[in-house]
Amino acid sequence: MNKWLASLGLILSLGLSAPVWAEEPAAAPVAEVTTEQAAAPVEAAPAEVATPVAEVAPAEAVAEEAAPAAPPAPNKGDTAWMLVATIMVIMMSIPGLALFYGGLVRSKNMLSILMQVFSIFALITVLWAIYGYSLAFTQGNAFFGGFDRFMLSGIFDPKTGAVANAATFSKGVYIPEFVFVAFQATFAAITVALVVGAFAERMKFSAVLLFSALWFTFAYVPMAHMVWFWPGPDAFTDVAAAEAAVAASGFLFAKGALDFAGGTVVHINAAVAGLVGAFVVGKRIGYGKEALTPHSLTMTMIGASLLWVGWFGFNAGSALEAGGTAALAFINTLNATAAAALTWSLAEWALKGKPSMLGAVSGAVAGLVAITPACGWVGPGGALVIGALAGVVCLWGVTGLKKMLGADDALDVFGIHGIGGILGALLTGVFNTWSMGGTGIIDYVNNTIVDTSIGSQVWIQAQAVGTAIIWSGVVAFICYKLVDLTIGLRVPEEEEREGLDTTQHGERAYTV
Amino acid sequence: MKFVTAIIKPFKLDEVREALSAMGVSGLTVTEVKGFGRQKGHTELYRGAEYVVDFLPKIKLEIGIQDDLLDRAIEAISKAAGTGKIGDGKIFVFDLEQVVRIRTGESGPEAL
Repeated sequence: MNKWLASLGLILSLGLSAPVWAEEPAAAPVAEVTTEQAAAPVEAAPAEVATPVAEVAPAEAVAEEAAPAAPPAPNKGDTAWMLVATIMVIMMSIPGLALFYGGLVRSKNMLSILMQVFSIFALITVLWAIYGYSLAFTQGNAFFGGFDRFMLSGIFDPKTGAVANAATFSKGVYIPEFVFVAFQATFAAITVALVVGAFAERMKFSAVLLFSALWFTFAYVPMAHMVWFWPGPDAFTDVAAAEAAVAASGFLFAKGALDFAGGTVVHINAAVAGLVGAFVVGKRIGYGKEALTPHSLTMTMIGASLLWVGWFGFNAGSALEAGGTAALAFINTLNATAAAALTWSLAEWALKGKPSMLGAVSGAVAGLVAITPACGWVGPGGALVIGALAGVVCLWGVTGLKKMLGADDALDVFGIHGIGGILGALLTGVFNTWSMGGTGIIDYVNNTIVDTSIGSQVWIQAQAVGTAIIWSGVVAFICYKLVDLTIGLRVPEEEEREGLDTTQHGERAYTV
Repeated sequence: MKFVTAIIKPFKLDEVREALSAMGVSGLTVTEVKGFGRQKGHTELYRGAEYVVDFLPKIKLEIGIQDDLLDRAIEAISKAAGTGKIGDGKIFVFDLEQVVRIRTGESGPEAL
């Protein structure tokens, strides 16, 4: 009970101490509120989108806005797609990730994994609504946002029923901000849930929750802000405005790092936290001596397949519109994954003698991870190469590299998500250029597409990777230590031997 | 009376049961078991982790029979369960002191 109170207190104090950061970026212009909105009337109103003006927001709704023009109504197709994409990411988290991980542990720990993933999903969703979204996706400094959207305030006007718009990647195209909030909430939740695979089968449930809340706040939220926060395309009206917009963006966005759906924010971030956890928490009892075999590869196959399907929402949804870029991300997610599943199987067949089911699904997940940062920035050929390489390199990640690191990363979070994420992030820089069949990048000032050069883009990508590794690693280490000193990280030896299902949750997954 | 325990390969169970029925054995008990003998286990590979599995799945069948049936029963089991390869299993024979049919209270050979 005391431990519970302690952890509750820590979570609360987190919330209370949060305003402290807000004072740092005090210089940020208050009037800008959500830049998406502020920018919208300036650029979009004169454009042809101005037609459906009156539909959503009657005049009073905008009265408090600086500009008198009503915000444009989001396209219903875009909105519908983003709602579906959000649901798909929920499906890939619970049950997808939960079953993928669950099948890989011993039967005595099955429920503990399912419960951890399920509870983290719920916990992070709530924290996201309270302060996570605001700190990640509003104007602040280069690392944290502000509190304009604290408790999701300012999005919904109850008197008019108007919902604020969120920017997409096209000028004058918007989706309802609530959809964006929900979509991003699922990203935050699955990222934190990914971490549990590394310290599976030995962590206290209370420690998992407390660590998740801390790491989410100090690693996920700033990484999301650094990589993804920008004032939206409408802010890029001319060179001076573009400079101001870039200056207002997150640290890595401003550098020009390309991360379409979360290679750094989601996968490298989670994988490094997991690896640090595997070191700090220590190896499972019997690791390297007893057989710690997966209890149901059937479950793992079902989970991995749900991940694959759900990942279309994750990657193609990251286009924020139902258009060509979403379609490109979709086909790349399909092809890279298939290529990776094949190359992992073939490499395993050649090197270890047999192509395993676990190898095929691990390859698929590795391919999904690697294509995540690249999916909207590379062409189909680049996607196939990225996928094919991911299958082989991540196989090394869970064999050769794992032995070198010497940590008991139980479900190979680092070997697959870390290595796949790093590979994908770097190769995005290679295959983004036109000569490699990539998309180049959009010049929002001149409204054209420009090419990138491999050398400089890979260097920018490497900086993003390095930032993610260091930031997540340091934050994770401090968070684990903090949890260890307050409520303790690990269950007693006897409970570990008995299994976390009965000792932590008082129930069993299977009865004979 | 004799009590025969045989360890056989799981996929040979149906053939063994048929062979025993054909020669007049009227009942048997089967259990799924694991074990090892001359046939070593195999290795399983889960990503980077390789485990040697010593205990292989086998079927244990138990029958009680009259003395005069023993040789034929052993022959039937050996023939039906044999593949000629390592891991075919073993037959153990014990003396059986007493048998009781619970429903009728019969005992001895009549209860078999």
